Amino acid sequence: MLSLFVIPGHDRRLIPEGRLSGPMPWVIAIMIFLMVLAAGAGLAFTEAGNNISDQLSSRATVQIIEANPALKAQQTEDTAARLRGMALIDEVRILPPKEIEELIAPWLGQTENQTGNAQAGSLLEDIPLPSLIDLTLVRPAGEDELEQLRAAIRPFSANARVEPSSGLIAPVIGLVKSLQWIAFGLVALLAMATSAAVIISARSALNTHKETISVIHLLGGTDGQISRLFQRRIALDALLGGILGLLCGAAIILLLGMQLSALGSGLVQSLRLSWFSWLIIAVIPILGMLLAMVTARMTVMGALKKIL
Amino acid sequence: MNEIVQFENVGLRYGAGAETLSDLTFTLYPGSFYFLTGPSGAGKTSLLKLLYLAQRPSRGLIRLFGEDAVTMSRARLPGFRRRIGVVFQDFRLVPHLSAFDNIALPLRVAGVKEKDLTTPVAEMLDWVGLGERAEARPATLSGGEQQRVAIARAVIGRPEILVADEPTGNVDPEMAVRLLQLFEALNTLGTTIVVATHDIHLLSKVAGAQMMKLEKGGLSDPTGSLRNPPLPRDRA
Repeated sequence: MLSLFVIPGHDRRLIPEGRLSGPMPWVIAIMIFLMVLAAGAGLAFTEAGNNISDQLSSRATVQIIEANPALKAQQTEDTAARLRGMALIDEVRILPPKEIEELIAPWLGQTENQTGNAQAGSLLEDIPLPSLIDLTLVRPAGEDELEQLRAAIRPFSANARVEPSSGLIAPVIGLVKSLQWIAFGLVALLAMATSAAVIISARSALNTHKETISVIHLLGGTDGQISRLFQRRIALDALLGGILGLLCGAAIILLLGMQLSALGSGLVQSLRLSWFSWLIIAVIPILGMLLAMVTARMTVMGALKKIL
Repeated sequence: MNEIVQFENVGLRYGAGAETLSDLTFTLYPGSFYFLTGPSGAGKTSLLKLLYLAQRPSRGLIRLFGEDAVTMSRARLPGFRRRIGVVFQDFRLVPHLSAFDNIALPLRVAGVKEKDLTTPVAEMLDWVGLGERAEARPATLSGGEQQRVAIARAVIGRPEILVADEPTGNVDPEMAVRLLQLFEALNTLGTTIVVATHDIHLLSKVAGAQMMKLEKGGLSDPTGSLRNPPLPRDRA
């Protein structure tokens, strides 16, 4: 690939070059800019999906459903003690009432503890809320293992329910995965549009320099020599446009990242890019240049084959 | 004497029209000088295009340097084209290159190193009387100067055959004679020369030259040289 950029000056002059003079670098800049945004979104969704999945797939919640508060407390303690002795369980945590109140606050409003309003507090006491035990498993559990878990705690609490967290978050993961594939689909479509733009540009350049190409051919120039001139020209246009597109795209991703961080919401906050994702984004202009180069070569070689 | 070009029953047709060239059979020998004459539209340029491999015939056999040029693969054509020098009727100089770069083009295409081409190109510029105009672009050169650049470009690679299409068409009679002298000098070095012209006065200017006459796409052979090898020019 390096030989592409070390074509002697006199050979380069055969097909006049003008940096950023034609529409090609700008078209590629816009395409790469959009590709960077789409790839950034796709990678952020991938990472968010993985983070959520990692955090929740090995967690479960046990609900102890009992109307009598004293009995409920006893069942909760007994169940937790049983769970602590199981190999599948890494950590057992009984959720304190304050945390449960916080969890239901969005639906029932603030409780007495949070507002000092006695009426709100009495409302909470009137509702027979289950007690919750948060479980961290040593690995993501299958349905059989969950069934064994249910059987193990049934003697302590006949109405206990075991809910894997992954089941609760499955629709969110599905949505994130859909968004991820839409973003990567957009990257693929933009790559195809970039190739189409390169084909049009290469054909136009061939037409513009038809006479020079014909003379080079008749003097014994090979298709490879001629296509190399176009490849170099289009590769440099693509690289310049690509760097411009990358800089603009990266600036917007950083800006959006700062705004999302400020929102402080759990799912939105997980939309972050790791250094590896940034590395992939940084490679986009180089991939764009290679794509443009290969497309230009194929277009030019195809066109030259029609000439004797 | 080995033949350098051999045509056997060659015909050329553009599209679905009538044949531009019909049943051409002739042989060209190394080191000879040929004039190709005929009225406008007789097919001189078409015949030259077959010679410099810009066109394949519709039928017949062409052997060039002992090889079949009709069925030759595209990949081999550049190597053969480098052995043929061409002076086009309309010069076909590359407009954005200087006279020096235009003349150097065949050497650069052939991969000659930059340090090895500066001297021969400069000598060639002097040979055609354009030593002072090395950096001039074609648009700033007169018709005669452009023609001389085109000739210099055609001969710089020491071709085995030089094909020239109306090379004296745009120059005054004095320059025409000078150009013919250039061709003769090259011919004495062993290059086969084929000059297409409708200027019959030129024919007498080169001693020992053979004449091929094209009329309505067919070839007549006034000197009979196309059937038998000509004598070496220094003994003609």
